[in-house]
Amino acid sequence: MYAINKFINISQNVVCENGKSIFHNQEDTFAAFMKNVYKNLNISYPKFYKMDDLCKLAFIASELLLQNETEKDIALLFSNNEASLDTDLKHQQSIQNPENYYPSPAIFVYTLSNITIGEVSIRHKLKSESAFFIANEYQTNYMHKYTEHLLQTNKATKVLCGWVHCLNGAYKACFYLVESNGNLEHTIHNINNITK
Amino acid sequence: MAVFIHDTNIISPLGFSTDDNFQKILSGKSAIEQVFINDKIGSVYAGKINDELFNNHFQSIDIDFKGSRIEKLLIAALSPIVEKNPMKDDSVLILSTTKGNIAALANNDLNGAFIDQLTKNINHYFGFKTEPIVVSNACTSGVLAISLAKRFIEMEQCTNAYVVAVDELTPFVVSGFQSFQAMSSEPCKPYDADRTGVNLGEAAVAVFVSNEDRNEAIQILGDANINDANHISGPSRTGEGLFLSIEKALNEAKISSNQIDYISAHGTATLFNDEMEAVAFNRLNLQNVPTNSLKGYFGHTLGASGLLETVITIESLKNNVLIPSFGYQQQGTTQQINIITKKEQKVLKTALKTASGFGGSNSAIILVKNSENVRN
Repeated sequence: MYAINKFINISQNVVCENGKSIFHNQEDTFAAFMKNVYKNLNISYPKFYKMDDLCKLAFIASELLLQNETEKDIALLFSNNEASLDTDLKHQQSIQNPENYYPSPAIFVYTLSNITIGEVSIRHKLKSESAFFIANEYQTNYMHKYTEHLLQTNKATKVLCGWVHCLNGAYKACFYLVESNGNLEHTIHNINNITK
Repeated sequence: MAVFIHDTNIISPLGFSTDDNFQKILSGKSAIEQVFINDKIGSVYAGKINDELFNNHFQSIDIDFKGSRIEKLLIAALSPIVEKNPMKDDSVLILSTTKGNIAALANNDLNGAFIDQLTKNINHYFGFKTEPIVVSNACTSGVLAISLAKRFIEMEQCTNAYVVAVDELTPFVVSGFQSFQAMSSEPCKPYDADRTGVNLGEAAVAVFVSNEDRNEAIQILGDANINDANHISGPSRTGEGLFLSIEKALNEAKISSNQIDYISAHGTATLFNDEMEAVAFNRLNLQNVPTNSLKGYFGHTLGASGLLETVITIESLKNNVLIPSFGYQQQGTTQQINIITKKEQKVLKTALKTASGFGGSNSAIILVKNSENVRN
């Protein structure tokens, strides 16, 4: 039996840990909100400012779960609906107009959804299993099963699961860490509740 | 539980079946040529599926279908596989792609660019009764998709899976690789001393994976997908993620590196990728195993490449033939590896397929034929 000790939800200028608000502010833009959460975390990680919005969101949600974590064998299973479309649109814009054609490597590198996994892996030195899934909504059924499979077959000691949505200013993150012990049993019912 | 790959199919510039593609490769044919992209980009060396030839081919599959080009590529890849292996209620579609229908963005069609919409359409077209699984993990997606098929069958989530991988050659991707200065201005030369970068390509590939042991089945004996945790766009100098992926795959397969007969490596022909692979292979004592990159034949087909190269690897195993690494002339990595320069008949049993990509991702799978000796 596996458990969830901590889960994070971020949306509408509020950060919740285990269902309770731990940070909120009145900023109206995503960028300003993320910057404030980052500052509140009391970490120095300048790479954060280079990330696209999808990575910033995945980074912050993961940071809140992994900040005091010593285990390094943590698989990362991230997913969303829109892949990297938020940044894809920016790259498309930069090549759309032949008069103003200016593709940038700093943007193009973020036109892959699994860069979110790369950023979190680098930050926490996780040389571990990972995969980025795309679906219309969080696939509790197979994410639950796949997570337990990775743990049961010793392909990972813990699993960080995350839904990370970011497109045209709308955003939402639901992240949770699955391990041997914790307060909340790792069941489909409980995952549905915390990823609503 | 043992998991096997059965039928395969490739839609590429070299042909519209696995056999067609394999025969072209055996005869030394490459798909790489000058391809005109658009007025701004001009022409680049790349592998592009000829639209007229493909449309003619597609007529024989479904004359009425009116969807996008990428949907047609997926349908063309999957159709013969589905026909030969009737679907069950628990059959799952697993799709690998990096960019899906990104071409839709150029027409301001944001909805059309959603990968899950593309997947839904394909899932519906073939009548799958289960939720599809879509993996988008940069250039390791194709190998990772096979790894996931194996694991989902081991988990008893399904008894079989239809794995399909696709990416198109688009101005979106070409302009991005150009901005990275990762593109070669000539046909690419993986592992060669004069290599200068990637040629891009496009393909759609499908395989049928199941728990059923049949004649001529290829078993997936071990697999792993480990991140470098080093850099988002550059490979690790020590090849750590690739090293760990191969090591874990070997451990699961319960074989040692000296039992590997052939390595189908990633070999993009960028300076750093090929160097990184050579380091990782040496750390695992794999430096003498015959190795090739197939990028010189097809270009880098991104999310399709891992599956495409796996299918060619399976053909190599079945036909006991080592295929030369197209474009390679002289050693170009600081640590020596055994790049195949001549076509050679050799008894082959066990192959290693690897892939590495942006985001620090790496994947490795071990493939073995002759099921009398396999693990259960």
